[in-house]
Amino acid sequence: MDKLNTEMVQILTPEGRLNESLRPKELTDEVVFELYKKMMFCRMCSDRALKMQRSGRMGTFTSVEGQEALQIGSEFALKKQDWIVPAFRELAVMWAHGVPMEKIYQYWIGNEWGSHPPAGVHVLPVSIPVGSQMLHGVGLSWAAKLQGKDEIAVNYFGDGASSEGDFHEAMNFAGVFKTPTIFICQNNQYAISTSRMIQTASKTIAQKALGYGFPGVLVDGNDLFAMYAVTKEAEQRARRGDGPTLIEAYTYRFGDHSSSDDSSKYREKAEVEAWRPKDPMKRLQLYLASKNLWSEKIEEEMRAKFQVEVDAITEKAIAMPVQTVDEIFDYTYAELPAALAEQKNYLKNILLKKNG
Amino acid sequence: MANQALTLVAALNLGLKQEMAKDKTVVCYGEDVGLEGGVFRVTEGLQKLYGNERCFDAPLAEAGIIGSAIGMAINGMKPVVEMQFDGFFMEGIPQMVDHAARMRNRSRGAFTVPMVVRMPFGGGIKALEHHSESMEAFFGHIPGLKVVIPSTPFDAKGMLISAIRDPDPVIFLEPKRLYRAFKQEVPEEEYFIPLGKAALIQDGTDVTVFAYGSMVRECQKAAIEAAKMGISCMVVDLRSISPLDRDAILYSAEKTGRVVIVHEAARTFGTAGEISMLIYEHLYGKLKAPVERVTGFDIVMPLLKGEDLYLVDSFRVLEGIKKVMGKM
Repeated sequence: MDKLNTEMVQILTPEGRLNESLRPKELTDEVVFELYKKMMFCRMCSDRALKMQRSGRMGTFTSVEGQEALQIGSEFALKKQDWIVPAFRELAVMWAHGVPMEKIYQYWIGNEWGSHPPAGVHVLPVSIPVGSQMLHGVGLSWAAKLQGKDEIAVNYFGDGASSEGDFHEAMNFAGVFKTPTIFICQNNQYAISTSRMIQTASKTIAQKALGYGFPGVLVDGNDLFAMYAVTKEAEQRARRGDGPTLIEAYTYRFGDHSSSDDSSKYREKAEVEAWRPKDPMKRLQLYLASKNLWSEKIEEEMRAKFQVEVDAITEKAIAMPVQTVDEIFDYTYAELPAALAEQKNYLKNILLKKNG
Repeated sequence: MANQALTLVAALNLGLKQEMAKDKTVVCYGEDVGLEGGVFRVTEGLQKLYGNERCFDAPLAEAGIIGSAIGMAINGMKPVVEMQFDGFFMEGIPQMVDHAARMRNRSRGAFTVPMVVRMPFGGGIKALEHHSESMEAFFGHIPGLKVVIPSTPFDAKGMLISAIRDPDPVIFLEPKRLYRAFKQEVPEEEYFIPLGKAALIQDGTDVTVFAYGSMVRECQKAAIEAAKMGISCMVVDLRSISPLDRDAILYSAEKTGRVVIVHEAARTFGTAGEISMLIYEHLYGKLKAPVERVTGFDIVMPLLKGEDLYLVDSFRVLEGIKKVMGKM
């Protein structure tokens, strides 16, 4: 990685042309097809979640559409024991790293159990205050280093987060203590309605890494091959003990910021349309078709199969129980203080009266 | 093992030293905490004893210190971090409130944050602005945090060990004017002061005085003066703001039927308001006089020349005692 290079790493062009000389050896055509399937599955799950929100079965939801290659590609470079530290648009990476999709739905439906991953799955809960989670990734990986554990942590955040003080403090701590941390900035050009140009006068976000004493790299976030390659290099740096890396993944948020947002108010349709040809799924389709691994028919069959799965996940998530009175009190502390026990009791009695 | 007469600073230092020896996951860091041993020297000598990986200087960034400690705690460490001054904690509060306090609940117990944030607390040392804050009521208002305040060297060591071993995030407030104010016998061996338990400083029959931190000493002085006037005071050191020791508060209030609550922090929405309400809810009709609050004012702590105008002293406490006795 050349520290001053502000050119974007790209291995697969939007037209589906692969630069074979840069191709990571792990990404055989078969593997790429499997990763494409994961991306497709995540896009369908994200679309379904939006529909659930529209029909009143889910709360606010933040779509991952357009950022599937970024998340699936980077996750594929990690080990199971590595930590994922998400913001709130990370459905794909959270699922790929081991959080069941129905759990992810459960969170957005509005139940904390959705943020309780299966044992041994190192994925932190969704973090809403922008950029604040980045310090946790630094701490997690720092603790791993101090305890001699073979674990690294990967922070996911957006272009808006790069304006936050926590971004600076996290990058600074990581640089000073050489923690095995990867910072993946999903530069999708928008923080709700605010354009990337208003977040920083810096030419790229990647180059900010220079000021913290470690490498930064700009990568085409819609290119699965490039995302995997740069993350793999960062992962190996971290595992070797060479410290953190900042990856600016250049992408585009096809959807609204969230289900409560209407992006037509602040961006032209033409802009969105101009990005459509750069869709991370499309270029993989073109590439895989050239290898006879993809066709309209294969796609249709795949979608039909996933549709059944997504239906089942939806049913499962909707059927999950709402919080009990015990649950909303009992996880405030390891042990319930007397005052909380009294409040819990009060609520139980009130509910008994109210509900007869 | 022998007891030693130690200051509060030395007692904290001893507690840290012993916990770090017992538990390799305990790490101490903060601004000037490593090489220098902290501006008040609470961590003095720890880096020499345990190395640069377990006691070290952090970059000058409070959110960075607390936020990274949250990650460390989730991944198996027990960070004991220092905020150099109470006023500087403001920069780190978002991490404390948004994440440390909530992680257990947010993840339904999958991820927990056993960490301690230590800091000097309150005024009385004629320091600069932002060096004399009393924010315990604010912290006590945040679900998921524990907030404790020792007022003696003995309690400081025992409470610090309990805080380090606590499975939840603890804000550990150290009354800075007591750091070197007096010495007390502190056992070398391990002992615990459970968090959330008040201490009876002296028993009495006429008035119950509740206080914590540096105010406890002012209340003791006032109680001596009151005794000369024939008023018998019970003095209770709350030691913990969250959780509050409700049993001790209600027992002690009921026993004398007259209550004075003392704190250095600003009056409005202060802990005295909460404690009074607790007493009112449970002891309505049993009190012999309205509860009296002796507190700081709803103003910014004056710069050092004017500090004494603000601070609660034994004279003001005695006035409060006299008032509930109807002797004004």
